[in-house]
Amino acid sequence: MRKQRRGTPHAAAKRMAGSLAALAALATLTGTPALAQDKSMDEIAKYREMLADGNPAELIEMRGEELWKTPRGPKNVSLEQCDLGLGPGKVEGAYAQLPRYFADAGKVMDVEARLVYCMQTQQGFSFAEATKNWYSKPGKESDLVALVTWVGAQSNGQKINVPVKHPKEAEMVKMGEYIFHRRSGPQDFGCSVCHGQDGVRIRLQDLDNLSQSKGAQKAMRTWPAYRVSQGTVWTMQRRLIDCMRQARWPEQKFPSDAVIALEMYLQNKAAGGVLESPGIKR
Amino acid sequence: MHHHTLRLLAAAVALTVSSALPLAAQAADKAPATSAKPAKADAVLAAKAEKLYLDSFDPDQPRTHLDRLKQDEAMALCSQYKDNPPPAVRAKIEKAQLETIRFPVEGRLVGDWKKGEELASSGRGGHIGKIQPDAKGTPRGGNCYACHQLATKEVAYGTIGPSLHNFGKVRGYGEDIARYAYMKVYNAQAFSACTNMPRFGYHAWLTPEQIADIVAFLMDPESPVNKD
Ligand code: HEC
Ligand code: HEC
Repeated sequence: MRKQRRGTPHAAAKRMAGSLAALAALATLTGTPALAQDKSMDEIAKYREMLADGNPAELIEMRGEELWKTPRGPKNVSLEQCDLGLGPGKVEGAYAQLPRYFADAGKVMDVEARLVYCMQTQQGFSFAEATKNWYSKPGKESDLVALVTWVGAQSNGQKINVPVKHPKEAEMVKMGEYIFHRRSGPQDFGCSVCHGQDGVRIRLQDLDNLSQSKGAQKAMRTWPAYRVSQGTVWTMQRRLIDCMRQARWPEQKFPSDAVIALEMYLQNKAAGGVLESPGIKR
Repeated sequence: MHHHTLRLLAAAVALTVSSALPLAAQAADKAPATSAKPAKADAVLAAKAEKLYLDSFDPDQPRTHLDRLKQDEAMALCSQYKDNPPPAVRAKIEKAQLETIRFPVEGRLVGDWKKGEELASSGRGGHIGKIQPDAKGTPRGGNCYACHQLATKEVAYGTIGPSLHNFGKVRGYGEDIARYAYMKVYNAQAFSACTNMPRFGYHAWLTPEQIADIVAFLMDPESPVNKD
């Protein structure tokens, strides 16, 4: 859908101006700690509607497209020959089928791991350079996140359909399930504590049951996402690494194989969910 | 304090022992009726997943941070049974957890409800890592509102746990209830193995005195939990 109404960059920027004003207002609202829950839910629904016509992530998406096509790195080549799983240069629908096993690398990779791989092997960046600025903060936008946002958007409208043909893919699903239920840390958390039941919330945030298809679809189909409270786009690596921070666990490497295993498990549960990417979230 | 040091030492010993033979022991524990698959395959996968998980953490951080990933026996069993252990395992966990509970030196189980209210509201403390850690010395909160309704004036409460509004009023203001509340917050798994509720005293996340303050928040007739 988004693809059809995507006009010139200028038109998109104009649409964005309105949504950014709306977002500023929402940020003020959600900043109030004891805000009545119903009111806050209403407001978020309202802003979602206003934003339906102009997600600020679209600007980042456009930058990602630019980055994909521009020759960069020591070898001065673009990423246009990068194979995201459907063949070199084929981006449409690729995100809907990630993570997956890549024979050339001999491992299961998600969109970020794969982009980093292409930046290294094709553009000649070092691993450190390719991963240095892996997440965005307002005022410090990440190239990698922009690329992920653009790649994600090229699967907009497609069904999540992650392959489990290769034994390593099947194994990653199971390892993700193991990690999902693993409890540790000074608060005894596991992913399942917060995401293993239907219809609960933590403070005011509704939590879906990610161990069931319905909840997993609802969550996974709208990533990567513009996060209103963060003022920028978050990828799934960023999302899960932050959940681990909330769980009071130590910090992961980037890109994290444990996150890839969890993504594999969750994408698998979410199979059939139609992507609406980039999404927009609290 | 002394008790604590001893308990931590005991836990450390238990960890060393259990990590020497965790998978064999877990496989032996597994009820044969629950799965047609050989337990051995599960154990191999679990060992692999465990390694993948631990190897995914940034090694460039203090040892104490990475130690947070170690599992005690309750954590390992709860993970293995996806928080739904068979009755015998459940009973075993609850018995062991009950034995970890320590009481305040002064013996007062009901402290100051105002301090308890603050602790129940705060979700701060204990976040680590380079991206968004808590400032050094940030006091740790109990974060009870993340999962429970308590005083009605706080509307931003979660629902992972049951409502505790009117806890004292409904349960009674007696010593036995205060003692139960204290023990529950100290080590929730003493009463329900593999519950989603953290073990605040066991992990020394909160001190016995802080837990007594939280008990007052639940139990004092003047506390907004019971008054409003
Ligand atoms: C202490 C609670 C807690 C733990 C533990 C936790 N999360 Fe989260 N998770 C959250 C919260 C809160 C959100 C954000 C919800 C919101 O913003 O509305 C979230 C969001 C998510 C989302 C996005 C959901 C959506 O609808 O877009 C995913 C996926 C997710 N978590 C997976 C995980 C996984 C996997 C783990 C374990 C590695 C985990 N979480 C551990 C609390 C937690
Ligand atoms: C991550 C979720 C979570 C947090 C945080 C949490 N609890 Fe709980 N709590 C639960 C769940 C789930 C139950 C019900 C299952 C059980 O009894 O363990 C529960 C049960 C209880 C009970 C027993 C209720 C009864 O009727 O017997 C008490 C008392 C309690 N919690 C107090 C607290 C207090 C006080 C805090 C903060 C210091 C707290 N909880 C923090 C999840 C949580």
